Amino acid sequence: MTTIMAATSIITDMFAYEFMNNAFAAAGIVAVVSGIVGYFLVMRGQTFAGHALSHIGFAGATGAGLIGLAPLWGLLGFTLAAGIVMGALSERISNRDIAIGIVLSLALGFGLLFLHYYTSFATQATALLFGNVLAVDRPMIATLAVLAAITLLALGLIMRPLIFASLQPELAEAKGVPLRLVSTAFLAIVALAVSECAQIVGVLLVFTLMVGPPAAAQRVTTGLWSGLLLSALLALGEAWLGITLAYHTDWPVSFCIAVLSALGYFAALSLPALRARRSQADMLGSRND
Amino acid sequence: MNIVELERATLRMGGRTVLSEVSFAIRAGEFIGVLGPNGAGKTTLMRAILGLLPPSAGTLRVFDRAPQRGDRRIGYLPQVRTMLPDLRVRGLDFIGSSLNGERWGLPSLAASDRRMIEATLDAVGARDLANRPLSDMSGGERQRLLIAQSLIGSPKLLLLDEPLISLDARHQEVAIDVVRKVCREHKITVLFSAHELNQLLGTLDRVLYLGNGQAVLGTVEQVIRAPVLSRLYGTDIQVVRADGHIFVMSRGRDVEVSDHQHDHDHDHGGHEHHH
Repeated sequence: MTTIMAATSIITDMFAYEFMNNAFAAAGIVAVVSGIVGYFLVMRGQTFAGHALSHIGFAGATGAGLIGLAPLWGLLGFTLAAGIVMGALSERISNRDIAIGIVLSLALGFGLLFLHYYTSFATQATALLFGNVLAVDRPMIATLAVLAAITLLALGLIMRPLIFASLQPELAEAKGVPLRLVSTAFLAIVALAVSECAQIVGVLLVFTLMVGPPAAAQRVTTGLWSGLLLSALLALGEAWLGITLAYHTDWPVSFCIAVLSALGYFAALSLPALRARRSQADMLGSRND
Repeated sequence: MNIVELERATLRMGGRTVLSEVSFAIRAGEFIGVLGPNGAGKTTLMRAILGLLPPSAGTLRVFDRAPQRGDRRIGYLPQVRTMLPDLRVRGLDFIGSSLNGERWGLPSLAASDRRMIEATLDAVGARDLANRPLSDMSGGERQRLLIAQSLIGSPKLLLLDEPLISLDARHQEVAIDVVRKVCREHKITVLFSAHELNQLLGTLDRVLYLGNGQAVLGTVEQVIRAPVLSRLYGTDIQVVRADGHIFVMSRGRDVEVSDHQHDHDHDHGGHEHHH
C-alpha cells in the first residue's frame, strides 16, 4: 500500500511544476510525430538523410540567431529548403552517403561560424545541439502542435503512393506514381518533423526519437498500422519515461531518452532470439513430460 | 489481334540508341521469350511498352493504341535491383501497397483486396508468404511473391523482366511452370526475358531476340541460327544442338553462360531456404 502511494506521489510531484507539464506536453506531441514520420524514414532506408537535415537545421538555427529570429524558424526554413533540394536533385543523391556526409559537415561548420559572430548566442548552442525540453513554454507548445498537425496531414495525404514508391519504385513508376514529387514531399515532411524533434532532444539526437522507436517497432511487428502505432507509442513512452528519469536523477533529459531509445532497439533485436529459446525450452519441457 | 506492335520503332535511352527501326508484332495469347546479351534492350523495350519511354521514331502500339502509363491491363515484374534487403514488411502488405498505390491518401486494404491477394498467392503456391516479412524470405520466395503480384488484377499482357535471376535451377523451373500454367489458363500474352533459352524451350511460342540495336521475332528454328545470331551479337556465333538443348557459342564459349556469370557478380539476392 505504502509503496503504491509512494509511487503515485513520485509521479504527481512532477506535475506540480508548470515546466514539467510543458515538457510532457511538448515531448508527447513531438514523440508521436517523430515515431510516425521516422517509420517511413527507416522503411525507405533514408535515416542518414534525416540526420543530415537536422545538421543543416543547426546552421539555420544559429543563422536565425544572428539576424534576431527565433531559432525554430531558422531551423524550419533551412531544413525545409534542404529537404526540397535533396528531393528535387533526385532519389539517387538523397541516398548517397558521401554527398550527404559532406553537406552535413559543411552545415555544422556554418553553424559554428554563425555562433562565432553572435557570441551571446553561444549559451543556446548546447540547447540546440542536445535539446532543452524543460525550457519549453506555452506558446512553443502551441507552435509545435500546429506544426505536428501540418506534418501528419501532409504525410496522410501522400502515404499511399509513398509506401508504394518506397517498396517498389520501378513498379510504382510504371503504374503512374510521380516518384520525384513523392520523394520531395516526403523529405519536406521529414524536415518538419526534424525541426520539431530538435526542440526536444536537439539536432544531434533526433535519431533517438526518429529512428530508434520505428526501427524497434519494425523488428517486433511486420504489419503497417501495427508498426506505425507501436513506433508512435514507443517514442512517446521513451520520451515521457526519459523526462521522468531525468527529473529524479538530475541527468540531462536527452541523455535519458537516448538511453531508453537504444535499450528499446536492442531489446527488439534480441526478441527473435528469445522467442526461439523459449520455443526450444517448450520442446524440451514437453519431451520431459 | 496484335497486342504489341512495333513499326520501324527506335528506342533511345540516355542518348544511346538501344533499338533502331525495329518492326515486329506479338499476337494475343503468345508466350514470347525475350533473349539477348546484356544491354540489348530487354528492359528498355518493356519500359516503352509500359508507356515510360516513347519511341523517338516510328510507332509502338499496345492494345492497338499508343502505350499509356498505368494501363491496368499490363502486369509487370521489374528486374529486381532496389528491393531493400531488411524490409520488415509482410508479403500481404507488400503486394497490397501496389493495389491503387498511385492514389493519394491513406493506404487501405479492403477485405476483397485481401482475398484477391491470397487467391493469387495460392495460384502460385505461395500462400504462406502473406504473413512473413520480406527480410525473412529467400530469393526464390521473393521472386514468387513478385510473380503473384504481377498477376493481380487479371492482366491481359504480362511483362516479366528477368524473373529467373537469383533463383537456383529448381526454383527457376517452378517459376516458369507457374507462369505457364496461369497464363495458358487465362490466355495472357507474356513477354518473359531471360538469359538462358533452354529452360524456356518447352514453354515459349516464339523467341524475340534482341542485339546490336536490332530485334528478330520468330520460332526457335527461325531465330536460333548462326547467321541470325551472328548479326545480333555482331560476332561469329555458332549454334550447337545437343540432347534437346541449344547452345549459343562464340569462339567456343557459351555466351549465355558468360552473361549469366556476370549477373551473379551483381546478385544481392537472399539466401536460399530448402523446404
